[in-house]
Amino acid sequence: MSTRLATGGRLLNKAKQVTFSFNGKQLTGYEGDTLASALLANDQMLMGRSFKYHRPRGVVASGAEEPNALVNLGAGGKFEPNQRATTTELYDGLSATSQNHWPSLEFDVGVVNNYAARALPAGFYYKTFMAPAAAWKHVFEPIVRHSAGLGKAPKDRDADRYEHYYAFFDVVIVGGGVAGLQAAKAAGLAGATVLLMEQTAHWGGRAPVDGGEVDGVKVEDFIDATVTELEAMDNVTLRNRMMGAGVYDHGYLLGYERLTDHAPAVAGLRHRLWRIRAKQIVTATGAIERPLSFAGNDIPGVMLASAMRDYIVNFGTSSGDRVVVVANNDDAYRTAFTLKIHGLDVPVILDSRPNGGGPLADAAREQGFRVENGKAIAKVKGGKRVTGVEICNQAGEGAALEEIACDAVAMSGGWSPVVHLWSHCGGKLIWDESQAHFRPDPDRSPTSHDGKPFVVTAGSASGPLKLDDVLVDGQKAGEAAAQAAGFSVSAAEAPKGEVHEEAPLVPCWLMPQGAGPKLRMKAWLDYQNDVKVSDVRLAAQEGYESVEHTKRYTTLGMATDQGKLSNINGLAVLSDALGQPIPATGTTTFRPPYTPISMGSIAGEARDEVFQPLRRTPIHDWHEANGAFFEPVGQWRRPYCFPRGSESHADAVTREINQTRNSVGLLDASTLGKIIVKGPDAGKFLDMMYTNMMSTLKPGKCRYGLMCNENGFLMDDGVVARIDEDTFLCHTTTGGAERIHGWMEDWLQCEWWDWRVYTANVTEQYAQIAIVGPNARNLIEKLGGDMDVSEEALPFMAWKDGKIGAFDARAYRISFSGELSYEIAVPASQGRAFWDVVMELGKEFDIMPYGTEALHVMRAEKGFIMIGDETDGTVIPQDLNMQWAISKKKEDFLGKRAQLRDHMASTDRWKLAGFETLDGSVIPDGSYIVAKGSNANNQRNVQGRVTSTYYSPTLDRGIAMGLVHGGMNRLGDVVEFNKVDGSTVAARVVDPVFYDKDGEKQNV
Amino acid sequence: MSEAVSALSGAIFEGFATVTDTGLRGMITVRGDLASKDMGAAIKAAIDADVPAQRRVTAGNGGKVAWMSPDELLVVVDYATVLDTVAKLNAALSGSHTLVSNVSDARAVFEIRGAGCRDVLAKLAPVDLSQGVFAETEIRRTRIAQVPAAFWQTGTESFEVICFRSVAQYVFDVLRLSATKGGEIHHLG
Repeated sequence: MSTRLATGGRLLNKAKQVTFSFNGKQLTGYEGDTLASALLANDQMLMGRSFKYHRPRGVVASGAEEPNALVNLGAGGKFEPNQRATTTELYDGLSATSQNHWPSLEFDVGVVNNYAARALPAGFYYKTFMAPAAAWKHVFEPIVRHSAGLGKAPKDRDADRYEHYYAFFDVVIVGGGVAGLQAAKAAGLAGATVLLMEQTAHWGGRAPVDGGEVDGVKVEDFIDATVTELEAMDNVTLRNRMMGAGVYDHGYLLGYERLTDHAPAVAGLRHRLWRIRAKQIVTATGAIERPLSFAGNDIPGVMLASAMRDYIVNFGTSSGDRVVVVANNDDAYRTAFTLKIHGLDVPVILDSRPNGGGPLADAAREQGFRVENGKAIAKVKGGKRVTGVEICNQAGEGAALEEIACDAVAMSGGWSPVVHLWSHCGGKLIWDESQAHFRPDPDRSPTSHDGKPFVVTAGSASGPLKLDDVLVDGQKAGEAAAQAAGFSVSAAEAPKGEVHEEAPLVPCWLMPQGAGPKLRMKAWLDYQNDVKVSDVRLAAQEGYESVEHTKRYTTLGMATDQGKLSNINGLAVLSDALGQPIPATGTTTFRPPYTPISMGSIAGEARDEVFQPLRRTPIHDWHEANGAFFEPVGQWRRPYCFPRGSESHADAVTREINQTRNSVGLLDASTLGKIIVKGPDAGKFLDMMYTNMMSTLKPGKCRYGLMCNENGFLMDDGVVARIDEDTFLCHTTTGGAERIHGWMEDWLQCEWWDWRVYTANVTEQYAQIAIVGPNARNLIEKLGGDMDVSEEALPFMAWKDGKIGAFDARAYRISFSGELSYEIAVPASQGRAFWDVVMELGKEFDIMPYGTEALHVMRAEKGFIMIGDETDGTVIPQDLNMQWAISKKKEDFLGKRAQLRDHMASTDRWKLAGFETLDGSVIPDGSYIVAKGSNANNQRNVQGRVTSTYYSPTLDRGIAMGLVHGGMNRLGDVVEFNKVDGSTVAARVVDPVFYDKDGEKQNV
Repeated sequence: MSEAVSALSGAIFEGFATVTDTGLRGMITVRGDLASKDMGAAIKAAIDADVPAQRRVTAGNGGKVAWMSPDELLVVVDYATVLDTVAKLNAALSGSHTLVSNVSDARAVFEIRGAGCRDVLAKLAPVDLSQGVFAETEIRRTRIAQVPAAFWQTGTESFEVICFRSVAQYVFDVLRLSATKGGEIHHLG
């Protein structure tokens, strides 16, 4: 059984007991535990079920590489699935449940997949696609959906807050082990600003567990001293619980800081994503031990040798009482020693190397361990827990020589440098024959904009595994990074690490070497995705040669752990099956993030009220306080209508229109874009921007204009006012302000840079309020001031500056409703005051505000087009019968040439017309005008579509505008619009101006 | 003239740094040839300041001038004097091709004050705000979270941020969240 030991546990605070629950069971651990160590201490080796076969699984590793021990963590708004127990620090009240089990962890129905494993071979998913379509829908999909999946999806809104942080350093070091610490010190002493980040809560990496001395003191003391030294350096920043998640172009990297995962009850942020620009990056990311591939290597109790050592030394927790150690290298002997020191049994050390190990092996024998050279595990016995192993010759096919009872197995297949961050941005790898691993090739680093390397590796991440070499490499890396960042470095001696001679490992990719199909089917490579040696061999047999293809076909390395344990073993098996050397097979691509990071940290602060910027006009608060129903327009919220009490939106719109047409209404038009265009060439410039002639406009006058892009399509419209000889003010649509300003600047800066024109976007300088209706003039006159707003002084399509009431105002006589209308601009900071005064003095006329829907209906009644309704990026002004707005006198304007193309000039285009249903009903939005017959895809032919369709309160019937083949030539024709229910509605083609065709109402 | 009010009417938030809507500020966009004699004379005449170099702010009598782009300056004065300043600039620049526009009402101004003010900004703007890197006389046009903004230092522990008026609430909210106690980073100060 696994249990808490009396000894060990350097990271524990045994004075502080912590209570937590697993699958509802109340358990206790100590402060300093991880969830994994605390579960082991409670003899909970079984921690989850596998993805595909639902096999029982226990913890196999002790860090970020863990594939098995994934849990659903927390509850409600703090719930998160797929959390690694090995990197989850224990806290009081932690609640975790195991994943992928049904109905319970102990008894899982899905394990039947395990017995049907023959039916679920490599590429199972792909093979199902070749079956008849019906089989996928009715057979495979239900099975796959039911049995697949890891943790549950959170159901509640995330209760935590997150943020980003932009940081800049000369040198950023990822990994706070001895190499990272030494590199930080070297770079710091050179004067560079340094960030050293460490994903765990502790400095020193695994050096304290592996032991040894540095400069004659214990490595723990060396670590403490170095940390103290670094903390005292102003130019060095140390951050633990922060993972280097990804390295990107030009020295950009992400640091994922977990602030309160270890103490969720503490108020404050949960995660902070550091978005860092570094001149140089040092990856001191260490190495990960590889499992060995033998039958039953996934049975709970089979663990990495180093992890077992970690649990004892760091957390005072045993993984079993009798542990068989199996390895192809010397390092695993350290686990045997550790086990013995802490009073646990090691019945045998199986060394797969024919000639066995070096000095450590000799020491083991001296201490009385039974060491067997050239021996291997044939299979592990047990179901939910290891009960024993059959041992065999590594060179053979697995004939059992002996069965040894045990309750845990410590395995080591050698170590692979963590090359992920090095590789994210293009760092290349070389195959190191002597250590049987891929390591970074220092001659092929990721390069920056200048073609120079910006990443260096340090310590085990470079390849060296021994303490002395690791320290030397760390020192070198720190100096190299500082130098590359522009600091002068006087090379110093690295501290001297204790030297242990070790015999070289002998690669062992399958145990035993000649294992037959039966054993291979039980030899796991990827624990989380249930990929076995047999699957990879099958893929090779079926013709998969590329490692990337094999990965996708078998799902090897595609789980949440991204194959941290399985990649190298998998591609070694593939290489063997393909009969080629490992470097010829290569690795799959390493992509960020190193381990999954929270969605919350990616979103940062952007949630709730700051999810998106919401733009507010100076009148916005009034709208909110007066019950406006808002609709989004760009990033603004504009009132759609102002319903009163229980009034429906439709009724509110009708009321607002009737009031405006009969007396006076008020519109907050502040969102309309306002761009000043000034300079001697301003007229010439606007003649190019608009289809109309703007240069002939007289100061004091307004003109409606159309803007097309260079492909001739209508992109914006609005009223241009000429302020003086050199100055124009261009109104744009609400959504067009920034876009059109950018468009103008683009032409001025890139194409017509020698034209003397300046622009300024002054949209937000003004609150612009439209006072609309037959009583508009009466109301403005009542407001007082010195501005003469009579027809003679301020006629239709003119503008004027002056005082209206106490306000500095500019009044434009423009109308989008067909009524007598003044758009009045006042400084934004007085906009609300102006609105209030108008509302107050307008009471006499029953004044009320109207929203965007009333605006839309009134303009449709007048046959005015709306950008985004009548246009969709494929419509040219000619389609909308707006030839009158296209100057024939001008040599050129943007879009002119495009509009001459055959297709654009064709008479065969759909063109604008009005529509009246014969029964008075409203044509559904998005409706098409059907035509005879059907097309090649069996769809009904169409001859047009509706672009604007409303109930008109003024006419008390449905009105519409639309594009129809033949356009206004079809006047009087009756066409059929389709409806959602499959029927059609008949409508007559009419003039799109439904109301006041002669403009008598607006021109008074 | 009716009483003018800033977007958030002086809203204030006290966290590990203090965020304040400073009220209305006179701001004038000036576009033209920054190297011209006319421009230098106009800025001198308006607020007795020099034309700032790239990404710099110069101070003058009753205001300052910030570099906004190779052909644009921002003149910052008291709100009460903005119309006078516009008139002075227009008079001084009447003979040359320039654009002078009062944009005071299109903007909001926030002050961030306190020991952690740099960290408050560094959570929202991709700018190196390290002491000694971000200069005392520097202006940076950048973004605050998702919207355009600019800022400059007003003291060793204070910055001013300007943004568009319509997003004043958004900018105040993200600054407030950034400055909320518990979110201290103690990195830049």
